[in-house]
Amino acid sequence: MGRFIAVRSLHMAITLFAMVTLMFFMFRLLPGDPTMTTISPALYPKAQAAMKAQFGLDRPLFEQYLLYLANVARLDFGLSFVTSRSVAEVMQGRLVNTVVLILPSMILAYALGVLIGAMLAWRRGGRMEVGIVFLATALQAAPVFWLGMMAIFVFSITLDLFPVGHIVTPGRFPDPTWRMYFTTDFLHHLVLPFAVHTAYQLCFPLLLMRSSMLSTMHDDFIELARMKGLTERRILFHHAMRNSLLPVATTIPMILGWAVAGSVVIETVFSWPGLGRLMVESVEASDFPVVQASFFLIALLTVLGTFVADLMYGMLDPRIVYR
Amino acid sequence: MLKPLRNFLAAICESRAGRISLAVFCACALIALLGPLIAPYDPMARNYDAAGKLVRLAPPSAQHWLGTTTLGRDILSQMLWGARSAMIVGLVTSIGVVLIGVNIGLLSGFLGGRVDALLMRITDIFLGVPFLPFIIVILSITGRSTWTIIFAMTILMWRSSARVIRAQVLSLKEMPFVAAARISGASDLAILYREIAPNVMPIALLNVAIAMAWAIITEASIGFLGFGDPDALSWGTIIYQAYASQTMYRAPWWVIPPGVAIMVLVSSVYFIGRAYERVVNPRLATA
Repeated sequence: MGRFIAVRSLHMAITLFAMVTLMFFMFRLLPGDPTMTTISPALYPKAQAAMKAQFGLDRPLFEQYLLYLANVARLDFGLSFVTSRSVAEVMQGRLVNTVVLILPSMILAYALGVLIGAMLAWRRGGRMEVGIVFLATALQAAPVFWLGMMAIFVFSITLDLFPVGHIVTPGRFPDPTWRMYFTTDFLHHLVLPFAVHTAYQLCFPLLLMRSSMLSTMHDDFIELARMKGLTERRILFHHAMRNSLLPVATTIPMILGWAVAGSVVIETVFSWPGLGRLMVESVEASDFPVVQASFFLIALLTVLGTFVADLMYGMLDPRIVYR
Repeated sequence: MLKPLRNFLAAICESRAGRISLAVFCACALIALLGPLIAPYDPMARNYDAAGKLVRLAPPSAQHWLGTTTLGRDILSQMLWGARSAMIVGLVTSIGVVLIGVNIGLLSGFLGGRVDALLMRITDIFLGVPFLPFIIVILSITGRSTWTIIFAMTILMWRSSARVIRAQVLSLKEMPFVAAARISGASDLAILYREIAPNVMPIALLNVAIAMAWAIITEASIGFLGFGDPDALSWGTIIYQAYASQTMYRAPWWVIPPGVAIMVLVSSVYFIGRAYERVVNPRLATA
């Protein structure tokens, strides 16, 4: 187990390293000069050179790269091009905002998806099953940002039940503080994005659990459990569902990655001040230090999610040996 | 090459859901093909009424079946043109993805050893790349065009097909028919592409369907975030324009059609995939 964690941590570090390297070279080797947004070409050449030296841009590329790596390792992403504040200051609270929306929503989506999927397979047949399977597929096929817009249209604009966006009423908390997350105002703003995201994300585990259950239910050990005279409930929860869970569980890291990366769209629709929205805004403003930092944090969340999910398999399936 | 495709179609047509979704998909393909010809207006033209006034944000009417945008453009015509870009993005990306994924999966599974370890490490790295943010970064650097979007999606999406195909190859290469081919003197390349490759075709075709669904949704998301090709009309950019004009909640006829269109096209692809899966994996069908 200890060895497994060590090896996986190494893999994680390699992945992050590769991504950071890719980011560095992409911004420098591809056409277009991102420095132009701060260092105006209208300045005297001498002034331009002085500014480049100040940012370390006059040194050889490889030296710049090493400097950059050292800074990333210390989580120092420099100054924002737009606000000239430190990136850390700009990013403050964004990570928490994303996690607070995505993580509970994913946990609920998987729990509900697995339960409903198992029930559908257990009580096979009938209009109910066809209807739910159809609905889940259609929901999964819709773009999540569009579902968000429809939800805002119905519940915020027409019925006036929930705010149209933002994490709290604008102006209520001028400075980010943890107290914000413990207000009813925050919960009121959370309901709509949370519900839309959960409804969208629960389709995949639901459909997968259903088909996994359908194949498990024909296994011999289910027949044996029946012959032993166990109650249906016990067979369902202790035998059928447990054995059907593994294929569903294996998808968690992938889907978690998609969800974190996909937070970009859901946060944009609901004006949710998370990492994804920050990234989109920074790209629009050509604020590359902030783009790099938010991209790095999104990647970190993705990779960490994979790591945790890998560890969880062992708990679900004792046949897995950690190597 | 044609035989797996024929089997594919035959397999889908076995179930009613499969036949219906295939019909829906073909209808979408037909619209993509003919859309620009049957569109009643130029999708980018500003339309004026008899009095010479701009038909701004008009609700659906006999002249404009789906209404008009804030700039007086006909939404139905935009929708018809958008079908073409959804279809092109979906088809080109999914074929590219599966071509790369299948080849990497085949090589990795068949050669094993160091090549396998290296290819799988690369796949792992790609699996850690956040999908949508990465594409946005690429687009922000290289400029916004449909082909860049297709390219960016392709280089990120092959990762999951490669894994699935590799797992399949690992079990296939132990089969007796591979040993038989080897004894009769077939080269490694011939075994890989003549004996093993046809057997991974069903899984590969299933991956085409999944990749296509994802490509269409992703392209729409990119359009919605405002990073779409400014010269192309896609369903995603229609939603973006409605969103950016801040009138979408007053003009539901502007945002509902593109979303429904995406939902219908992508669901049809999912249902086709599922109908096919039942045949590839008979355990699901008996249940």
